[in-house]
Amino acid sequence: MNATASSPSSPAGKILWAAIAIVGAFCLGVVALRRGEPINAIWLVAAAIAVFVIGYRFYGTFINNRVLQLDPSRATPAVLRNDGLDYVPTDKWVVFGHHFAAIAGAGPLVGPVLAAQMGYLPGTLWILFGVVFAGAVQDFMILGLSIRRDGRSLGNMLRDELGPLPGIVAMFGVLVLMMIVLAVLALVVVKALTHSPWGTFTVACTIPIALLMGAYLRWFRPGRILEVSLIGLVLLLGSIWLGKAVYDSPVWGPMFDFDAKHLAWMLIAYGFCASVLPVWLLLAPRDYLSTFLKIGTIALLALAIFLAAPMLQLPAVTRYIDGTGPVFAGNLFPFLFITIACGAVSGWHSIISSGTTPKLLANEGQAQLVGYGGMLMEAFVAIMALVAAASLHPGVYFAMNSPSALIGTTVEHAATTISQWGFVVTPDQLTQTAKDIGENSILSRAGGAPTLAVGMAQLLHGIIPGEGMMGFWYHYAILFEALFILTTVDAGTRVGRFMIQEIAGLIHKPLQQTESWTGNLLATAICVALWGYFLYQGAVDPLGGINTLWPLFGIANQMLAAIALMLCTVVVVKLKRQRYMWAPGIPAIWLVVCTLTAGWEKLSGPISFTAAANKYAQGIADGKLIAPAKSVDEMHRIVSNNHVDMVLTGLFMALVVAMVLFALRAIARATQMDRPTAHEEPYVALSSVAQS
Amino acid sequence: MIATHAAPHRTLRTAGRAVWKWAVQTARLCCGVPDYDVYVRHLKQHHPGRKIPSYEEFFRERQEARYKGTGGRCC
Repeated sequence: MNATASSPSSPAGKILWAAIAIVGAFCLGVVALRRGEPINAIWLVAAAIAVFVIGYRFYGTFINNRVLQLDPSRATPAVLRNDGLDYVPTDKWVVFGHHFAAIAGAGPLVGPVLAAQMGYLPGTLWILFGVVFAGAVQDFMILGLSIRRDGRSLGNMLRDELGPLPGIVAMFGVLVLMMIVLAVLALVVVKALTHSPWGTFTVACTIPIALLMGAYLRWFRPGRILEVSLIGLVLLLGSIWLGKAVYDSPVWGPMFDFDAKHLAWMLIAYGFCASVLPVWLLLAPRDYLSTFLKIGTIALLALAIFLAAPMLQLPAVTRYIDGTGPVFAGNLFPFLFITIACGAVSGWHSIISSGTTPKLLANEGQAQLVGYGGMLMEAFVAIMALVAAASLHPGVYFAMNSPSALIGTTVEHAATTISQWGFVVTPDQLTQTAKDIGENSILSRAGGAPTLAVGMAQLLHGIIPGEGMMGFWYHYAILFEALFILTTVDAGTRVGRFMIQEIAGLIHKPLQQTESWTGNLLATAICVALWGYFLYQGAVDPLGGINTLWPLFGIANQMLAAIALMLCTVVVVKLKRQRYMWAPGIPAIWLVVCTLTAGWEKLSGPISFTAAANKYAQGIADGKLIAPAKSVDEMHRIVSNNHVDMVLTGLFMALVVAMVLFALRAIARATQMDRPTAHEEPYVALSSVAQS
Repeated sequence: MIATHAAPHRTLRTAGRAVWKWAVQTARLCCGVPDYDVYVRHLKQHHPGRKIPSYEEFFRERQEARYKGTGGRCC
C-alpha cells in the first residue's frame, strides 16, 4: 500500500506514528483516569481509533511478517483453483467488505451493552486490547492458515494438523455452539418484542415483504438484488410508520401484543417454515435486506455518534465489578471476558475466516487488511454499541436490563430500587422514556437490543429532531436487529439441518438426501427442537433468560476461539517457528482460563446452575413455593432446566480440556521433529500462473 | 490512483464509476453472488465448449449454492 507514508523507519513516518501514539495515549488517559465528571464519547472513540491504527500497523504487521510469514509472491487458492464461482481472485476492498459483512452481526452490539453494567471502562479496555492481541490475531491467522491450505475449513485443518479425533470433537462442539447461538439470538428478539405491538407488527411485516421480494426476484426481474432491496427498504420504512398506527389503535394494538412464551412459539414455528421452504422465497430475500440494512445502520450509528458527540452518563466503573450486578451475575474476571465475545474475540469468526474469504484473496499480502483489519472494524462497532449504552441515563439503563425478579413490574418500584442502588431515577423518567419511544414499558427489556435501540434513538433524535420521531428511530433500530437475527436463525437452522442429515445418514442412508422430504422435515424438526428448547427455557425463565443463557453462549463462543488459537499455536510450532508461539499461544491460554473458570463458577458456587437447581429442589422437598415460580410444576421445570445447563457447561469444559490435551500432544510431537511438519500446500510462484 | 493531468472532471467521473463498481460488486458478493462478467470471461477462456449461462441462470444457481453448505455468517 502506501509504503512511504506509513513506514515507521522514514523520519516523516516516525513523526507521524509518534504523533498517533501520543494522541491515542492522551485520549486513553482521559477515558481511564478522569473520574467524577462525565466525559465526552469522542475521547473514547478517538482512543479506539488510535489503538486500532497502531495495532494494525505494528502488531498486525508483526503477525504478517514474522509469525505467518505471508509472501506476496506466492499464488493463492483463488489464483490456483480459479473457477469463476467459489475461487475467484477479487479486489481486496471487495473482499474486505464481504468479510466484514459476514463477521458483523448482533454479537458485537449485544455483549458490550450487557457488560456496561460494570461501567464503560472495563468493557472498553477488553475490546481494545482483546481485539489487538486476541480477536484480530485469531481471524487473521486462521485466514492465513487457510490460504496456505487451499481454503480449507477450520474442521478440516484441525483434522489435518491435530488428528482425526480432535477434528470430530471440535465439530461436535460447533454444532452445540450453533444451537446455543440461535437460541440466545432468538431470545434477544423475544425480549425486544414482548408486549410491544409496534415492534411485533413491523417485524411480522418483514415476512410478506420478503415473500414479495422473493417472487419479484424469481419471476419479474430475476437477479436484480439491489433494485429489489431498495423496494424492500421502502416497504420496511412504511411498515414502521404504519406500526405507530397499530400501536395507537385500540383494535389492532392488542392483536400484536404477545407475551414471551407466545413469541417463542411463533419464532420456533417460523424458523421451521423458513428453513423448509425453498430459499428463494423467504430466506434469500430477507438475507439481502438484512445485509444491506446492517451495513447501513452501522454507518448511521457511526455518523450519529460523531455528530451528536454524546456525554457518557454511566460511571467509568460501577460497583458491580464485584459480581453482584443485576444484568448478569459474576465477577469481572472471568465474566467480562465471556460476556463481550464478538467485538473482542469471537470463535465464530474462525469459521468465516476459513470459509469463503480465503478463496477470494488474490494475494497473500492482502490477508492482513481483510483478516486483521476486518476484525478491528468489528471491534469499532462494539465500541459504538458501548457508547450508545453508556450515553443513556444509568437509571434507564438498569431499568431496561434488570430482571423483574429484582426491580418489580411497576415504574414506582423499579425507580425506588434502582435509586437505592445509587443510580437516582424517578418513575416519571421511566414512564416518559417509554412514552417517547412508543412502548408501554421499558422495564426488564434485557438482551441488549432494546437498550441499544433507545441509545440510538436518542442520538439520532438529537441530530434530527421532530415530534414523535424517537419512536420511529427506536423501532427502526429494533427492526434492523430483529431482521438480521432472524436471518441468522433461518440460515443457521438450515445449516444445522444439513449437519444433522449428514449424521442421520450414517444410521439410515436415505435420510442423507437433502431433497428427500422425510429427511428434510425430520432433520429440520430436530434442529428447531434443539434451539427451540433453550429459547423456550429462556422465555419462561424467572430471571429473564438472558441472565442464564448469555454466559452459556459466551463460554461456548470463547471455547471455539480458544480451539482456533490452539490450532494456530500448533501450526506455528509445526512450522518450526516456536519462538513466536506466544503470539497465538498466550490468548489461547487466556481464553482457556476464562472459559474454564466461568464454567466452574457456573457448576459450583453461589451463581451456579447447580445452586439454582438445589434451591428449587429444596423448595419442592419442603413443600413451599419460591418466587417467581408460581406452581410446583414451574419449580420442577426450573430444576430440570438448570440440570440441562449444568450438563452443557460440563460438556463444554470437557471439550476444552480434551482440545488442550490434543494440542499439547501435537506440540510435543512437533518439537521432536527436526523439520517442519505442517500440512501446507507447496509453494507456487504467482508469476508462474497465467492470469485470467 | 495514478494522477494524470487529464481534465479533473473526467478523473472524478472515473473515480465515481470505480467506487460504484466496487459498491455493486461488494453488495452482490455479500449476498453470495460473485461477479458475473468475471465468470463469463473465465468460461470463455478456460472452458470454451461449455454453454454460457444467462445472468438469471447464474444468479439462481448461486442463490441455491449459498444456503447449501455450512458456515456463512456470524452471531
